[in-house]
Amino acid sequence: MKKVLNRVEDVVDEALEGFQAAFPTYLRRVEGTHVLTRARPKRSGLVGLVSGGGSGHEPAHGGYVGYGMLDAAVAGEVFTSPTPDQVLAGIRAADRGAGVLLIIKNYTGDVMNFEIAQEMAQADGIRVDAVVVDDDVAVDGSLYTTGRRGIAGTVFVHKAAGAAAEQGASLDEVRDAARAAIAHVRSMGFALAPCTVPAAGDPTFTLGEAEMELGIGIHGEPGTERRSVATADDLANMILGRLSEDLALAPGSRLAAMVNGMGATPLLELAVLARRTGQWAREAGHQMDVMWLGEFMTSLEMAGASLTLMRLDDRLAMLIAAPADTPALRQGVVHD
Amino acid sequence: MTSDQFRRIWFRFGELVTEHRDELNRLDAAIGDADHGTNLARGLAKVAADLGADGASTHLAGSCRQVGMALLSTVGGASGALWGSALLRAAGALPEAEACDTATAVAAARQVVDAMQSRGHAELGDKTMIDVWRPAVALLEASVAEGMSGPQAAVAVAERAVTLADATAPLVARRGRASYLGARSAGHVDPGSVSTALFWRAVADTVAHS
Repeated sequence: MKKVLNRVEDVVDEALEGFQAAFPTYLRRVEGTHVLTRARPKRSGLVGLVSGGGSGHEPAHGGYVGYGMLDAAVAGEVFTSPTPDQVLAGIRAADRGAGVLLIIKNYTGDVMNFEIAQEMAQADGIRVDAVVVDDDVAVDGSLYTTGRRGIAGTVFVHKAAGAAAEQGASLDEVRDAARAAIAHVRSMGFALAPCTVPAAGDPTFTLGEAEMELGIGIHGEPGTERRSVATADDLANMILGRLSEDLALAPGSRLAAMVNGMGATPLLELAVLARRTGQWAREAGHQMDVMWLGEFMTSLEMAGASLTLMRLDDRLAMLIAAPADTPALRQGVVHD
Repeated sequence: MTSDQFRRIWFRFGELVTEHRDELNRLDAAIGDADHGTNLARGLAKVAADLGADGASTHLAGSCRQVGMALLSTVGGASGALWGSALLRAAGALPEAEACDTATAVAAARQVVDAMQSRGHAELGDKTMIDVWRPAVALLEASVAEGMSGPQAAVAVAERAVTLADATAPLVARRGRASYLGARSAGHVDPGSVSTALFWRAVADTVAHS
């Protein structure tokens, strides 16, 4: 294993220190915790937003703490949900008196740990609501499984709910905005090479020179299917077809898209996927309001990408286009 | 069960998990994310530190609560939430005393299973640690009801737990991260079931040799 590390067991702690060092005007670490919160908290009376999960998905989630998005991000060990006491510290940091919304990715561990923290915070008298993001179309969503995973589409949910909260929406309204975003967002990813969890030291799976994994999550786990590598256009067509079918997109739909690198795929190659995503939308007669291109929700140094589509109505389009100023996402006008 | 035995169960469990850490990580790599051994070993190191600290509780309920809080705040993932919730619930079944009778210890084990199921919603056959926990506790209850001593019953349960863990291999996971693999999860043993078997071995090692 070759990695830029000091001691393996310090990687999360030192990375959080590094985020704070790099973005002191945005981020402050809640002392003694794995929580990053806004250096300048939003004014009181606004709903607070907390998200988080295992580390290894950078810039998620600390990179989205700031104006128009999150109020606190809670980091667990690499690919491991944070513990309830940490999430509780995040809730306390985010609470500005109008309640707190938790944005949870649908993984067994994340859901349980955030749920326990929610119960603890409610016992302390803080109003806390929660939404669970499950945008991954690769896994079967039947009642007999854990349900679909939350992957890159989660960042669109942060954006939509964060904008609503910044505009003064109530906790119920922010939760509804998040739910609307979740209902309209779908994603799917593929891997050309696995990643290595620092504490484990070995790659999470092995792939032949001409093989790829389709339907991967964001934890280095294998996908739902192994197949021969395809061209960028074929991959995009296949994934966009799945997303479009799952969203039951009618021609002329209004869309936001995200081309997300998994950690080790150059922007050059991601841009080739973005090209086809734009073409595909035009051919299908859709209106693409916005496309995000880059690394938004990674899986350490996994090679590969995910594509996300979100169907927009007027309100979601406004929320996605609203200003944001965070370490990893800056758009729109300068705030006060 | 004495509170000294209770603490030594956790020290022994910690030793066993550390010894098998790489194996547990390897099993997890096949159908999860390769960190089960690392996470559990980290949590049990904290448990050992807390139980051995100055001012640590000397009665069963207090020790059990310490174990639950330590696991809840250091393991992370589903394992931490499940083990932590379970031990906090079990603490409620144990007395604030230095010892309890076998029936009380068995009732606490039943609370572990119930708490895990109400937090995690897993059923038998979902390829989770419930596949070991539930039949293991049922066997414990039956053995004690038939008149077996606590230590004898613990040894029997520890032996059965190994078989139960192995029996998760052909199952298709319906809960937890392995469930995303669908049919590809079959053919691999569930790592949480293997660590649960290690827990029962720690119980047997401790009570059979006291």
